[in-house]
Amino acid sequence: MKYLFYPGCSMDASALEYKTSMLAVFKALGAEVQELDDWTCCGASIAPVISDLLGLAMPARNLAIAERTDGGNPLVVGCSACFTNFGRVHAAASDSAVLAKINKVLGVENLTYQHKAQARHMLDVLANDFGLDAIKARVKRPLTNLKVAPYYGCQTVRPYATFDDAQHPTSMARILEALGATVQHHSHEATCCGTALLTTKPHTGFEIVGQILDAASGADCIAAVCPMCHMKLDSYQDKVSGVLGKQIRIPILFLPQLIGLAFDLPEDTLLLKREVVPVTPVLTRLASATGKTSEVSKTSEV
Amino acid sequence: MTSSEVINLTEVKRDSTFADHLTPAGHLLRTCIQCGTCTASCPSATAMDITPRQMWRMVVLGLEDEVLRSKTIWLCSVCYQCHVRCPRGIPLTETIAKLKQTAIRKGIKEWRESTNFYKTFSDVMRRYGRMREMEFMARYFLTTNPLAALGFANMGLTMFMRGKIHPEIPQLTGEGRLDKMFQRVAELEGWQ
Repeated sequence: MKYLFYPGCSMDASALEYKTSMLAVFKALGAEVQELDDWTCCGASIAPVISDLLGLAMPARNLAIAERTDGGNPLVVGCSACFTNFGRVHAAASDSAVLAKINKVLGVENLTYQHKAQARHMLDVLANDFGLDAIKARVKRPLTNLKVAPYYGCQTVRPYATFDDAQHPTSMARILEALGATVQHHSHEATCCGTALLTTKPHTGFEIVGQILDAASGADCIAAVCPMCHMKLDSYQDKVSGVLGKQIRIPILFLPQLIGLAFDLPEDTLLLKREVVPVTPVLTRLASATGKTSEVSKTSEV
Repeated sequence: MTSSEVINLTEVKRDSTFADHLTPAGHLLRTCIQCGTCTASCPSATAMDITPRQMWRMVVLGLEDEVLRSKTIWLCSVCYQCHVRCPRGIPLTETIAKLKQTAIRKGIKEWRESTNFYKTFSDVMRRYGRMREMEFMARYFLTTNPLAALGFANMGLTMFMRGKIHPEIPQLTGEGRLDKMFQRVAELEGWQ
């Protein structure tokens, strides 16, 4: 299987461990991945607020590059905000007048969007292209006894995703089960992390994150499939604890990091020391199940 | 404006075409049955000055000024829960982006901590073609509320020590990576 890959801004910066672990997992499952050349920001949830046309041209620019790239391989994204923007422009460009207007903008970059390329979410590719059997077959260190709470966030599954239910998704839970983990279901699996609100309206943002962390707090860790969700759940736990009135400290891992642990992939691809809330308790639990100590669990916390 | 305030519709300025300009929902907003599913589905509804259900009614009634000055539109985190649950199938979430856009174009003074977020993000995007998280946050706080940055300093330090954020030298002069695209959009849409 061959894929084009659009990392987006976060996976190349604060969520670098998402990118490296995803690429390592894809490689372990036999896929060839090529990063999109000269990609730019998808516009996030910002560009549509600045202008209707900018909100379409920003993602379309990257889809146009994907169409121009040899092979016509499917474009995979890990960020749910990027995924939504690609879905949004694909839906809007069904109107030929809109498509023509987008191409008037892309003309300044010598690009044309033909309304062919579509993006797939990494979670979709894992669950449906590779499939549970292939994932299960590759497991070397099952995540036995590890209670993992899946967290899909919002834009991973709505409104443009067709691979899972928009309100009650199950694809991540099935992957976690294939890894041997115990799935800790909770009430906030597909709710919003609050994104920009944590900066612009912090108190509301902390309350939103607090509800999610509280709902999932019986688990050993939370699995995320979006860099924005991960940052909001991982980085603000001290402040969120203050708003909640009780201490919450739960490691947040990207799903491919957990898959990588089960596949026994090297630490230099999983980059487990980058999380703000140390993942040490997760590694200790896994080590106690398999009798193997990992590099990271021996490292003292920063 | 608060959620329990009474508005005398004969005494306030209204624009009955307001809803029709708000893409993508537009005239579909007039089919709203005021069921309140949007409010019940919204993760930030409790922090809003007017609830989503009330806001959509006010949009249909043409209460443009009250809606554009509300805190409500800036509390939308674009989670699409109201969009997928609306029994009338009205694309509410993306229409809130249009409300935010209209409020910024009209230069509303309220909620600068939100409007500035969009303006600063957009400028970083235009200049580098990609987000630069640290520069964005620094510029956002410096131009909005420098003291508020102190509350995030501890977290920023931890993220820096984990290698999650990297300082980069800003390039505030010269041509931006996406200047041409932004200019073409402005020409085509007739704004600056």
